[in-house]
Amino acid sequence: MLQLYRGIDMTAPRDKLGRPVVVVTGMGIMTSLGAGKADNWAKLVAGESGIRTITRFPVDGLKTTMAGTVDFVSVDPFSSTGLSERMAELVTLEALEQAGIGAKADFPGPLFLAVAPVEVEWPQRRELGRAVGSQDFTYDDLLRISGGGKYSAYHHRFMFGSVAAHLAETFGTKGSPISLSTACASGATSIQLGVEAIRRGETDAALCVATDGTVNPEALVRFSLLSALSTQNDPPQAASRPFSKNRDGFVMAEGAGALVLESYEAATARGAKILGVIAGCGELTDSFHRTRSSPDGKPIIGCMNKTLADAGMTPDQIDHINAHGTATPENDKMEFNTTSAVFGEFAQKIPVTSNKSMVGHTISAAGAVEAIFSLLTLEHQRIPPTINYDNPDPTILFDVVGNKARDARVTAVMSNSFGFGGQNASLILTREPA
Amino acid sequence: MTDAASKPGQTEVWITGIGLATSLGEGLDANWAALQEKRINVDEKGFAPYIVHPLMPVTFDSQIPKKGDQRQMEAWQRIGTYAAGLALDSAGIKGNKDILSKIDMVVAAGGGERDLNVDTGVLTAEAKGANAPGFLNERLMSDLRPTLFLAQLSNLLAGNIAIVHGLGGTSRTFMGEEVAGADAARIALSRIASGESDIALIGGSHNGERKDLMVLYEFGDFNLKDEFAPVWARKDHAGFALGSAGAFLVLESKAHAQARGAKPFAKLSSVVADLARRKQPGDMAATLEKLWTKLPKREGKGAIISGATGAEPATSEERGFLKGHADVPVRSTGTMFGHTMETQFPLGIALAALSISRGALFPPNDSTGTEIEMQGAPTQIVVVGAGHWRGEGMALVEAVS
Repeated sequence: MLQLYRGIDMTAPRDKLGRPVVVVTGMGIMTSLGAGKADNWAKLVAGESGIRTITRFPVDGLKTTMAGTVDFVSVDPFSSTGLSERMAELVTLEALEQAGIGAKADFPGPLFLAVAPVEVEWPQRRELGRAVGSQDFTYDDLLRISGGGKYSAYHHRFMFGSVAAHLAETFGTKGSPISLSTACASGATSIQLGVEAIRRGETDAALCVATDGTVNPEALVRFSLLSALSTQNDPPQAASRPFSKNRDGFVMAEGAGALVLESYEAATARGAKILGVIAGCGELTDSFHRTRSSPDGKPIIGCMNKTLADAGMTPDQIDHINAHGTATPENDKMEFNTTSAVFGEFAQKIPVTSNKSMVGHTISAAGAVEAIFSLLTLEHQRIPPTINYDNPDPTILFDVVGNKARDARVTAVMSNSFGFGGQNASLILTREPA
Repeated sequence: MTDAASKPGQTEVWITGIGLATSLGEGLDANWAALQEKRINVDEKGFAPYIVHPLMPVTFDSQIPKKGDQRQMEAWQRIGTYAAGLALDSAGIKGNKDILSKIDMVVAAGGGERDLNVDTGVLTAEAKGANAPGFLNERLMSDLRPTLFLAQLSNLLAGNIAIVHGLGGTSRTFMGEEVAGADAARIALSRIASGESDIALIGGSHNGERKDLMVLYEFGDFNLKDEFAPVWARKDHAGFALGSAGAFLVLESKAHAQARGAKPFAKLSSVVADLARRKQPGDMAATLEKLWTKLPKREGKGAIISGATGAEPATSEERGFLKGHADVPVRSTGTMFGHTMETQFPLGIALAALSISRGALFPPNDSTGTEIEMQGAPTQIVVVGAGHWRGEGMALVEAVS
């Protein structure tokens, strides 16, 4: 791939800022709605919910008993990290098949993986507890019996880099794979890293994957203790209510998304079908609070403005917003206020939807999952609905695509992701190179 | 392209700030003095039979003035937020709102610091017969501190640094053990070199005094037990001694640094990284050799700062690679600071920059002959970081000419 280092080639298609145009040539997706683009898209535009009562583990004693779990993928022995890995593998296969790039186990570029932080999980911890073989013991006793090779597979399983290493070896990505977390913006960040690597001319292609399979008791309890989750358990399908007056939190969910990014030049040179363009990326840190946005919304406003500038676009050129739309009381209000500050009068005219009403919040995967849904929206010229939108919040004056999908002329979508730790990231996706 | 390399050359990138809080002390002078005196701080009793390099106590208040902020963090985040503050001080940009509002942060982080009492309480209750379906749920709902989650999340090290020090640029957290530290430096360098960024804060922190981490590494029999020895002398008694440390660096384009009158410790010329398959003996050594040849040509007075862990077979593989460069003086951060995981690579870059700026490599501390004396001032130091299980990284730190 030395030809990539040719320096500036003025004949190559460049964006308004003189950088290589970055296109998408393959996509793979999995959510609680199902596996693959076709199934997900059909259910998404039909307004189906993937949220159901959790059956993976007992829910007794929990305030929130539903989630968007991916129960149709089997992993043995089960672990959240194992599920994340398996989903990532499956969506990558789908994306690579569509892109038709490289050879089997020989992807011609780096891997950027958004993955939930990894840690030893309760099934394994309980196995250790049982292995001590007494009724009263200390943590030192657990430590004492952990060695000797009996649990060596758990070391590999619970390395932070294990999922990326597995994907890199399976698909033959090049170089050091990056595992990243920017909380709920992770999926968007993985795409941004891929876009930047191509724009810098380091590679012609990048594999951007985001996965999250962490619906387990402790993860649910953690979000519950922060009062972030909806407790409208019955019926579970109605729990996620973005932009509604009676929204009360997000719904945890699992899923994965994979995108093959390429320079426009490389994609067209090999005759690949172009599925869309990553026209702009932006991120901006909020240093106000660990879990809350700055009340003035300035970091989110700045993030959206940076993304528009990165795409060389103005607010009037965006004709759909795929919102972060978590359905927490604070997020949705903040998202409307900040969008209004950036888009002015257009904020109330641009159709807005939240995929989370149906698939829940896929956390580390959300940015990629929703970027893929945005690209499918561009492809089908049809905006998936925000379901459970029966009681609109009168202070959120978005044109929400409520309950029924809407046919629309869509040329440019902004997809937003905001996360704990002040993480804000936005993407602008378009059909054709500008 | 068989591995990802940051492209050097377009813009010179300087290291203008270093923040260190380690088992040897706080700040550059204390760490440098301990290195000169070959002083190693190990605790062989507190976690016996396991050995750790405990953090030399610091007054967190001086960098994290609000007690409320300190309470929202666990030790690994406090150490990192503290060291990040030292780096900003060192670069002379602490409190400089103009610069901090645009600084790009790339942090290498682990996470997951657990409440051992909660874990042990659940497991012993279950051993005594608690088996109701909702038992675990109820205990976690009642026993976990609501804010503990925020002290466990990997990206909340960066989040805390942003909150405490007022950083408002971008923030990315890389995970993946040792090589995450190399990748953080690689991506930040690429972004500055290509003009995407002017200035970045990179680094990591690690609390090695954690039994939950020891359990994880004990699964693979990686913990050093019973007796301390320099990493090169552990072949028949392999393992790493976890170390506590925070290491942060301010990287800056030469033009940006000169415009504000900042002086460099050194320049970061290149960072390369790869993922050896490590299926066959020699795989990892071959990858290190490949990375070595990918670094820009070196003709100056060179040295190597290695992050070798002491774990096998990785350490023997790395020694095999080093044998091919036996004329180059080697120093091991693992011997002096313990294994600080994601922090080891930024720590290596920090010590390389410090050695160059102070005109001398710190002395060897090794009984095997792997580390040899060096006379004169090093001008080019290669930082080597090979993970105990996966991931290889290398950086070239050079004197500013």
